[in-house]
Amino acid sequence: MKRSDLTGVGLFVLAAAAILLLPRFVSDFRAQQFAYVGIYFIALLGLNVLTGYTGLISLGHGAFMAIGGYTTAILVSDQGLKLGSHTFSADVKDIWTIPLAGLVAGLIGFAFGFPALRLTGLYLALATFAIAVAMPGLLKYDRFEQFTGGGGGINLFESDARTRPLETTDPITFETVAEPIRFLGVEISSFNEWLYYLSWALALVMLAIAWFLLRGRTGRSFRAIRDSELAAASSGVNLATYKTLAFGISAFYAGVAGSLLAIATTFVNPDTYPITLSIFLLVGVVVGGLGSLWPLVFGAIFIQFLPLWAQEVSKAQGAPAVVYGVILILVMIMLPGGAAGLIRRLHSLTSRGYHRGR
Amino acid sequence: MAEFFQQVVAGLATGSIFAALALALVLIHRATGVINFAQGEMAMFTTYIAWTLIENHGVNEWLAFGLTLVIAFGLGLGLQRVVIRPIERAPLLTTVIVTIGLVLIFNGLASLIWSAEVRAFPSPFPNDTWEIGGVAISQQDVGTFLTVLVLVALLWAFFQFTKVGLALRASALNPDASRLVGVRVGWMLAIGWGLAAMLGAAAGMLTAPTVFLDPNMMQAVLIYAFAAAVLGGIDSPFGAVAGGLMLGVGLNLIGTYIDFVGAGLRLPVALLIILVVLLVKPSGLFGKPITRRV
Repeated sequence: MKRSDLTGVGLFVLAAAAILLLPRFVSDFRAQQFAYVGIYFIALLGLNVLTGYTGLISLGHGAFMAIGGYTTAILVSDQGLKLGSHTFSADVKDIWTIPLAGLVAGLIGFAFGFPALRLTGLYLALATFAIAVAMPGLLKYDRFEQFTGGGGGINLFESDARTRPLETTDPITFETVAEPIRFLGVEISSFNEWLYYLSWALALVMLAIAWFLLRGRTGRSFRAIRDSELAAASSGVNLATYKTLAFGISAFYAGVAGSLLAIATTFVNPDTYPITLSIFLLVGVVVGGLGSLWPLVFGAIFIQFLPLWAQEVSKAQGAPAVVYGVILILVMIMLPGGAAGLIRRLHSLTSRGYHRGR
Repeated sequence: MAEFFQQVVAGLATGSIFAALALALVLIHRATGVINFAQGEMAMFTTYIAWTLIENHGVNEWLAFGLTLVIAFGLGLGLQRVVIRPIERAPLLTTVIVTIGLVLIFNGLASLIWSAEVRAFPSPFPNDTWEIGGVAISQQDVGTFLTVLVLVALLWAFFQFTKVGLALRASALNPDASRLVGVRVGWMLAIGWGLAAMLGAAAGMLTAPTVFLDPNMMQAVLIYAFAAAVLGGIDSPFGAVAGGLMLGVGLNLIGTYIDFVGAGLRLPVALLIILVVLLVKPSGLFGKPITRRV
């Protein structure tokens, strides 16, 4: 292991500890907002694999999130989905649908990667945008209504499969008792805190996976494709394999994030994953830094909290949008490389002297 | 058959609006490689200015139309100088994100200044129809189509026959070489933004009479224009116009003749068709095939 890897692991452990302790210092409401930051972080990680590392712009990641979210919703609630004689609802706990949601989205993303092979740049952007635009229409479409609930969407926790993190069955009296869950000495006392820990635990795992994937051969191939497809191909990188792989991985992350978002909002409908979500994911990636991993947290914080801050500045009709837009433009002018660019600049400032050789 | 022609004419009218906005997108993209997401909102904003001129200051409709084009040119020029120039050297996506910021600003400003309520926008064309061989043709549609046609022709002449037009083409084609022969490339980009804003303003003012004026009126149009530009080939001005007209007519015919496609599925179906076209011709119908060097 390289020394920089060791520092990486050390920082990762520190971050995990900080995340573990954070809910003790903030209100329940804030815990929920930070849970959303974790969810967006996962989605941004996925989008960055595609856009930042492989250089393929996607304006349609909201659609992959929708696929993940609807997978979870359909599996958890009673939508009559059957495999053989097995009905899924009522015995699938919501958190076990998260990897499934990721897989479904990932497979669809992988499949989408094949036609996308022919497209580059803005043409690809339009193709992905088309999915995001078409998705709400498809979800509302009459013939799928049985599964997707049409325009009304699906309420996840009507059925017995709902998550009850706070209720356990007492082994002696067989009565259901409300009891906080304890984990590593941390007491989880509310749905929001549970959501927070769930999304951040997953976010950390997904971050680690992304890091492992991207530091080796796969990551090198992705970056080679981004920098020059032709040069990559002539150096023996199989474009088709790696581009579809990037799409698959990216969509997997989006699916997981979408599934978490469905659990967090406790319902899904076509407007849970609007076109604007896809666009703001791209904003988050650029604000965090293209081709970076952990600095994407700042992108996630940006897209989660800036709308709220903007509303605190002024509630007049239209004013929050203006505030948001002005701040977004200022951030981009001052930090064209996003948070990661700033961190890199600070790093090169501090290590300019004797550290430089390393 | 009468219905068919009626739909085609109506489609040409909406298509010409898509074409104007698509051409605006292509102008900016050719010069800088950026897709300006704010093109639609800039158009909406300038249309509000036209509305203010007509309703609050009693300016004649045609005069307001012309004045607004001039104002839009100034707006586009100014935006490029103030907002886009500082990030010229940043990655392309950064610039794209800045235009998303502009979308929010213009949309917010419009509701802040004029409130989000839906308003009627006067049309310079009479609300009558001509009967030609049993086909009712709306004068509004014909007027819209001809206005865009004239604007595009003027623009083409400007690019083709004036010195500034030549400089604009040169700096889009090869900025470094143009700089060497004394073209002020920075200002050419700004003029490009101004011209694009002008085309957008025209599209906005031609859209407003039929869909009414509100801060979100250009969002769907922008998606169609983007699709049209890509369909025609994002680097081809001719492709943008042709793509816009084809999309306008196509959408109308799909909506009329294919039963299961309701209003909700019109856009997805149109995009699907465009996707299929792109899979066959990856750089659009009229775009040059991309060749690359390592």
